[in-house]
Amino acid sequence: MEVLKIATAGSVDDGKSTLIGRLLYDTKSLTDDKLEAIEKTSKQKGYDYLDFSLATDGLVAEREQGITIDVAHIYFSTASKSYIIADTPGHVEYTRNMVTGASTSQAAIILIDARKGVIEQTNRHFFINNLLRVKDVIVAINKMDLVDYSQEVFNNIKADFEKLMDKRDYQEQKITFIPVSALKGDNVVNRTENMTWYQGQTLLEHLEELDLQDIYNTGTPRFPVQYVVRPKTEEFHDFRGFTGKVYGGELNVGDEIVVLPSMTRSKIKNIYFYNEEYKTAPRRSSVTITLEDEVNVSRGDMLVKVGDLPTIDKQLTATVSWMDSSSLTTGGKYVVQHGINKVLAKVDTIEHKINPDYSGIEANATTLQMNDIAKVRLKLNRPIFYDSFKDHRTNGSFIIIDSRTNNTAGVGFIE
Amino acid sequence: MNTLTEEIQSPAVLSLGERPMANALEHEAIYIFREVAAQFERPVLLFSGGKDSITLVRLAQKAFWPAKIPFPLMHIDTGHNFPETIEFRDRLVEELGVELIVRNVQDSIDQGKVIEETGKYASRNMLQTTTLLDAIEEFKFDACIGGARRDEEKARAKERIFSVRDDFGQWDEKNQRPELFDMLNGEIEIGQNVRVFPISNWTELDVWSYIQKENIEIPSIYFAHKRNVFLRDGLIWSAEDEVVFRAEDETVEEKMVRFRTVGDMSCTAAVESYADTIDKVVAEIRDSKISERGARIDDKRSEAAMEKRKQQGYF
Repeated sequence: MEVLKIATAGSVDDGKSTLIGRLLYDTKSLTDDKLEAIEKTSKQKGYDYLDFSLATDGLVAEREQGITIDVAHIYFSTASKSYIIADTPGHVEYTRNMVTGASTSQAAIILIDARKGVIEQTNRHFFINNLLRVKDVIVAINKMDLVDYSQEVFNNIKADFEKLMDKRDYQEQKITFIPVSALKGDNVVNRTENMTWYQGQTLLEHLEELDLQDIYNTGTPRFPVQYVVRPKTEEFHDFRGFTGKVYGGELNVGDEIVVLPSMTRSKIKNIYFYNEEYKTAPRRSSVTITLEDEVNVSRGDMLVKVGDLPTIDKQLTATVSWMDSSSLTTGGKYVVQHGINKVLAKVDTIEHKINPDYSGIEANATTLQMNDIAKVRLKLNRPIFYDSFKDHRTNGSFIIIDSRTNNTAGVGFIE
Repeated sequence: MNTLTEEIQSPAVLSLGERPMANALEHEAIYIFREVAAQFERPVLLFSGGKDSITLVRLAQKAFWPAKIPFPLMHIDTGHNFPETIEFRDRLVEELGVELIVRNVQDSIDQGKVIEETGKYASRNMLQTTTLLDAIEEFKFDACIGGARRDEEKARAKERIFSVRDDFGQWDEKNQRPELFDMLNGEIEIGQNVRVFPISNWTELDVWSYIQKENIEIPSIYFAHKRNVFLRDGLIWSAEDEVVFRAEDETVEEKMVRFRTVGDMSCTAAVESYADTIDKVVAEIRDSKISERGARIDDKRSEAAMEKRKQQGYF
């Protein structure tokens, strides 16, 4: 059994929450008490149908306004897969949540209202999922019931969307179009008689068959040291364990490694997971490593294999997505958190802003506002050890922290 | 020597049909624990004696082995805990060799900081918040690790892994820090603290499957046992403890029950069950048609119950 993390994107009223509610309902994932609450509230509101959006819209403000304002996580499973859906809002002002949701997802669902077709928001949703290199995108053309289940409407929207696809940077991204009605349940989990012209899979069928062959597995292991364990007990008097999570590939006992930034070489002596020893630490495992030699290693250092060094530099260029209400300015100073490693950074130049809807770039920008995306050059107070985002999703990204507020103000994808 | 790769790809309990991520979730939680130890000066693990906090303790052991867990446990005792829970807590702490801090809701009541609820639905659950916030201030804790999960409740579904609270312990749900990839931003100002939820992405079934796989001991009230109970609002209440209010017309009967959550006795209902072993409990949870918090009267008070409590500083 596998786990799939999916981000959803759609504009206000595209029926995103309804689609998720429908997925939960038709996979029988809603428990009786939750269903009862939905029935009760739907009735109170005078609806003659079940308002599935009530299953996910969690905050009072959201229920009052009938919109989703924050990323919510929803869990359900089928016989063959477990799913975590990051339900992200579609408003312009909440783009940051969409970037956030996409950052941990392997697949994304973009919703389009069949009556409205591809709108500016759609371009943004696609742009962001492509920027974050989400491997699979499903374009769910919703509310087909309101356009008489018309094949022509579906084909026109598909053709419009395909024009966007030529412009995308990450061309290998897989894109699938599915006509659905979340409200009526057509092609979400169950097939429908209403669109006999559509021979493809339902949304769930498609998700069930997604190949999860991992885009994070690059074959170049990176081990950022999180915390040094020194028990200083009699039994483990000289034990110095370097704890961390393995990214990009696996590490093995006996591997020749280099400690960054000191460039000291050593060999992996032991790999522990809890009180057991292993010979391999696979990708994404949280292990404790000891080395053959007494080497000075502390938090923020990185172990990599000999001959497999990342870029070690005090400057970098990245595509930055700005998420804070106070703007980023040229010359501004921030904290950059790259993985677990924190350094001071200064904005050298904003090379250009990128309109996140494929309408082009804007040169001569000196500030970035919330939701802006731009190519930015940063200078750092000491070197970090990075890969490009294209090659290494984890070691190629960083967050920007505003040290006045401590807020996570932006995220960067390294060139 | 073992191969950890195989370990991760083929969880031992796969045949039971539980979420296979149990292992990936475990590695994620351990990563979070290590971030807490590295980023904060005075972390504390909030321990209720329930299955979620017991799971946290096991994960913390794994994160720091062969060293001891590098922070204390703290129990906010409502005084209405199941006696089995307290007994269990004290035994566990002794085995771990870690410090246990206990702060009592009764003290907050005696100091006049909170007023005891009265009536049919009286509970000390809400009162815990004041005691918790006072304890955080007393010990200057900057990170409080808790066992909340996003699948528990709608407001919790929006909770971050590192969730910043202001000087008043309050949760500003509309102004949460985005959490991208694995990166956890624990930067705070003096007076603020971070609530940390290492098992955010676990479901109830994940927790039970983990307890089963790891063979973790849990308090006996989680397993089916005979108990004198009475029915109210379709829920089963323990009649063996005087802190649970019972009206005269509410008649007592003996039933086979177990508890699915172990909160304050006054707001935790039992469920009818014959699941007296961990294997049976896991099977029962898997087939359950009622959500876990369906037996918590504190969530039924209103649709927005949890969100309101969280804004006030509740866990």
